[in-house]
Amino acid sequence: MEQKDTTLLEIHDLSVSFRMYEHGLKQTDLQVISELHLTVSRGEIVAVAGSSGSGKSLLASAILGILPENATVRGHIHYQGEELTAARQEQLRGTEIALVPQSVSFLDPLMKIGAQLDGHRRPRQTEKRKNLLRRFGLPEKTPQLYPFQLSGGMARRVLVSTALITDAQLLIADEPTPGMSLEQALEALRLFREMADEGKAVILITHDIDLAIAFADRVAVFYAGTTVETAPASDFQNGSKALRHPYTKALWNALPQNGFQPIEGFQPYAGALPNGCLFAPRCPYKTRQCMENNPPIREVRGGEVRCWQFEHPCDEREVYHGT
Amino acid sequence: MALEAKNVYFRYNKKQPWVLEDCTLHVEKGECLAIFAPSGYGKTTLAMLLSGYHKPTKGQILLENNPLPQNGICPVRLIYQHPEKAVNPCWQMRRVLEESGTLREELLDALGIEPAWLNRFAHELSGGELQRFCVARALLSGADYLICDEISTMLDVITQAQLWNVVLSEAAKRSMGVVAITHNRHLAERIATRVVDLPNMDK
Repeated sequence: MEQKDTTLLEIHDLSVSFRMYEHGLKQTDLQVISELHLTVSRGEIVAVAGSSGSGKSLLASAILGILPENATVRGHIHYQGEELTAARQEQLRGTEIALVPQSVSFLDPLMKIGAQLDGHRRPRQTEKRKNLLRRFGLPEKTPQLYPFQLSGGMARRVLVSTALITDAQLLIADEPTPGMSLEQALEALRLFREMADEGKAVILITHDIDLAIAFADRVAVFYAGTTVETAPASDFQNGSKALRHPYTKALWNALPQNGFQPIEGFQPYAGALPNGCLFAPRCPYKTRQCMENNPPIREVRGGEVRCWQFEHPCDEREVYHGT
Repeated sequence: MALEAKNVYFRYNKKQPWVLEDCTLHVEKGECLAIFAPSGYGKTTLAMLLSGYHKPTKGQILLENNPLPQNGICPVRLIYQHPEKAVNPCWQMRRVLEESGTLREELLDALGIEPAWLNRFAHELSGGELQRFCVARALLSGADYLICDEISTMLDVITQAQLWNVVLSEAAKRSMGVVAITHNRHLAERIATRVVDLPNMDK
C-alpha cells in the first residue's frame, strides 16, 4: 500500500496553533492540530473524514501555507521527499498542489467564471475546459456568468473545475460535493479517480463517508485535531467490526443506513483538550490509562490507530485474536 | 390539514428565465416528506417559497387552504443550509434564540446546546454547533411546518444523526409536517415517510 518511493506527501507530527488574545494584552496559544500524521502516495485517493471542526480544513491550509499570520506550524511536511518550506509552498500552490476550496464564497464575485476557471490568465486549454464543463453538465455559457448567477451546486462544480484544469500533482479537495446531486458528485469523484490513476494523488476532505468509501483507497479519520485512525476504505464496507477506533465505529453507527445512532457528548474544544486520549470523555471503553496519557499511533490490522485498547471491546476481541 | 404548493412558477424578474415551473406538492401534518432534485433545479427557491420568503410569480402556496399569513410568526419555518449566513453576527446566541420565543431547557439539552454557548457570538461556534441553534430557533415556538433545506450536508454524521433525531421526535410530538431537502438517499429513506423526485413529479 505505501511504498517509500511513491510517497508524494508525508506529514509528520504536525501541530498548528493560533496565537490569540485572552484578556487585554495577554496572549495564549490555541492548539488546533496536534501530532498529526498522514502519508499520501502517488495513485492514491486519501479521504479525510471526521468531526466538524476537527481541523480538516486547517490541514489543507497548512499544506498550502495559507494559514493566517497568527498561526504557528510545527512538525514536518515533506513533498516529493523534500521539506515543504514557505517559499516552496508559494511556488507550488496553484501549479503542483491545487485546492478545491470549501466555500463557494471563494469565487470572486466581480469576476466572470471563465477568467476564474483559468486562474486569471487569458483562456488557454479551451479543449480541456470545454471537456470539463461538459462532463460536469455545466451549460456552455457558464464562463460568461458571474458567481451570483450560479446555484450552489453549479458553483461547486466550477470550483472543482478550477482545480482540475491545472496540471497539479496533488489535489486537495475540501468538501467538494455538498450541493451537488449524486450523479454530479460521482462524476467529480470519477475525475479524481482518473487523476489518481495517472499517478497523481488526491486528498479528499469530506463528511460524506459513503462517497469516501466508494472512491478512496484509504480513509483518515480526524477527531479534535488529530488522526485517530487510518484505515483502508474496504474496512468501512465490512462494518464496524473491521474498524479500529471507537470514534470511527461511532461514525459508522451514525450513518443513516447503519442505525442512525449518535453517541453522546461533543468533541472537546481546542484550548480545553483533555489530558489523555482526546476521545476518552466520550469513549465507552475508557480506562484510567486513557484519561491520563494520549496514546501513540500503532499499526493494527493493516491500518493505523491511536487508541490504548482498540482490542478491548468484546465484539472485537475475536477479530483481533484471529490476526 | 396540509401545506401545499399549487402550480407554482417563480422567476426573479421578467427578463430572467423561470427558476421553478409548474411545481406542485403537498405535505400533511405529521408526515416527513423528502425532496430530491438535481443541483440548480430550484430546491432552495422552493423552500423559500414554501416558507413565505419569496412570493410565487404564478400559482399559490396554501396553508390549510389559506394563503400564508402576512403578519405575526409564520407557522412555516425554514432552516437554511448555511447556518453561518442565517444568524445575526452581532448578537450573542442567547439573543438569537430569544428572538423567536422563550428558551426551553429540555429542547436545548436534547440538541446538546451547552449553556456556555449562549453567551458566544456566531463566529465563535463551529458550523455544527450553529446549526443546532438554528434548529432550536425553529422549534422554539409554535411552528406547524418545518422546511429543512439540506440542514445536515455540512455536518459530520454523528451530528447529523443527533440533529435529525431531535427534529423528528419533536415533529412527532407536535405532529408537525416536515419537508426535508436532501441529496442523501440513505438519509431520506431513514427519516422520510414519503420521498418525491421533483423533476419526475410533474413532467
